[in-house]
Amino acid sequence: MKKKRDLILSVILLIVLFGLSWLLNSEMDSYVRRIANLCMIYAIIGLSMNVTNGFAGQFSLGQAGFMAIGAYVVGIFTVPVAARATVFYAVPMNPAIAGIQLPVWAALLGGGLLAALVAFLIGAPILRLKGDYLAIATLGFSEIIRIVITNASSITNGALGIKDIPTLNDARYIFLATAIAFVFIAALINSSYGRAFKAIREDEIAAEAMGINLYKHKCLAFMISAFFAGVGGGLYAMLLGTVDPKNFLFTLTYNFLLIIVLGGMGSITGSMFGAIIVTAGLEYLRIFDEPLELFGMNIPLFRPGLRMVIFSVLLMVCVLFWRHGIMGTKELTWDRIAQFCKNPLAVFKRKGAAK
Amino acid sequence: MLKISDLVVSYGGIEALKGISVDVPDGQIVTLIGANGAGKSTLLRSIIGLVKIQSGSISYNDQTINGLNSQKIVQTGITLVPEGRRVFPNLTVLENLQIGAYMRNDSEGIQQDIEKIYKLFPRLEERHWQMAGTLSGGEQQMLAVGRALMCKPKLLMMDEPSLGLAPLIIKDIFSIIQKINKQGVTILLIEQNANMALKIADKAYVLETGRISMEGTGAELLENPEIKAAYLGKKKHK
Repeated sequence: MKKKRDLILSVILLIVLFGLSWLLNSEMDSYVRRIANLCMIYAIIGLSMNVTNGFAGQFSLGQAGFMAIGAYVVGIFTVPVAARATVFYAVPMNPAIAGIQLPVWAALLGGGLLAALVAFLIGAPILRLKGDYLAIATLGFSEIIRIVITNASSITNGALGIKDIPTLNDARYIFLATAIAFVFIAALINSSYGRAFKAIREDEIAAEAMGINLYKHKCLAFMISAFFAGVGGGLYAMLLGTVDPKNFLFTLTYNFLLIIVLGGMGSITGSMFGAIIVTAGLEYLRIFDEPLELFGMNIPLFRPGLRMVIFSVLLMVCVLFWRHGIMGTKELTWDRIAQFCKNPLAVFKRKGAAK
Repeated sequence: MLKISDLVVSYGGIEALKGISVDVPDGQIVTLIGANGAGKSTLLRSIIGLVKIQSGSISYNDQTINGLNSQKIVQTGITLVPEGRRVFPNLTVLENLQIGAYMRNDSEGIQQDIEKIYKLFPRLEERHWQMAGTLSGGEQQMLAVGRALMCKPKLLMMDEPSLGLAPLIIKDIFSIIQKINKQGVTILLIEQNANMALKIADKAYVLETGRISMEGTGAELLENPEIKAAYLGKKKHK
């Protein structure tokens, strides 16, 4: 009964959100659209990172590398063939791929699959590492991917990057991709695979004693994570219209780490909230970057860069008071919402009691 | 049912088990007692495939299982309740039980077994939504046993179920072990609480620094003066 209710409510929510994205597309200016789209893309990538880091408990920092793979596959294969000569003006494009142009959906999917394949090749040796060591190894591989891209000029146009990618600043399509990613991962996490991931996160030895194949599941989590990071990267490339190796420095990974730490490691809905807060919040704080005049006096603090100071302070406050992020490992479920509607104050009471 | 012969296991040059032979007959409770560092946990870990063995053989229903990975061994019907309970602390009680049934595909059977375990441990049903880490030690042990039962084991191996529990709860746990045994599950029990373990055991072994020093029925060993002195503390000090 409850399951049926949740399913119906979720479908209604998705339809309403899709309608909103339609409205966003037709009513809002391109700046707002861009921020909303960026939120959704970051949510996909944040969620993908949450699969390895939050659910399977493997501390991986390779997301920027997988994004780069997805972004470049989209970049290389969707630029119109006629425009390629002007894009690849320094080193001509490798003739083997110069004539291939893929439809957008195929390029996105291909980017995700290639990222997953690379994840498998990388994961096979390094997923035997744990904790900090795994983080260092994945970080290193993500940099290797970027450097390979920088140097493979005839395929990726090297440091010049690829421009003239057909842009997609259309909330409807990006919303669809986001919805598919969230539904798929939610289904995965609630299946026996998801439970196995969580068991590995909690206690590897006990998980193994239950007959869970550690290595297989770690690889699987790593590949699924890379797949969605690749798709997210592809969408990102299409939102910007250009790709450049410098976009995918390892600092980009920390953006997503921030999103999932803030949203809650091991929470699907938390990844969404984290992405919205980090992306939209940073934009909102731009008011602090503009000069401010109060009573005819120019306040000296208000200058470019102040928003980052304020954002950092807000982050510190967040991490101090919500150690496990906004959601922790919990989810915002319909049950919770129903409870909240019945008795809004109970939420705060229980929180107080838990501490 | 389970036959171990001349098992040698070493951790980097130090032999933890120096050639031991243990026989676990079908439907019985077999217990292994011994002091810290005698190699009890190593034995269980090598049976389930978490530790590589150096020589010797482990066979289960006349089928050699040493060298298989843990997944395959669990599939044959052997399950371990690890030392120190090792429940998954940030998952709910129900999720813990569901992970126990990881190797199974029959969702209806799983549901029935969850009901069965709730009947065996009513406490777990009361707390099925709670995080396992918030349970008391005794409840966690019940959960660890329940989780192991979810794989429908034919042989249940328990590593010190009495560790860190109050005497009354230990009594409960042991009576549950007997109950499970009566339902047809063979039990290999490892204990430091020799008194309790020997009382319920059909067959018992004493493990000392990697060797079996004594074996017999539980009742025999309970009466043995050496055992009394070493493990039961019944001999008066002079």
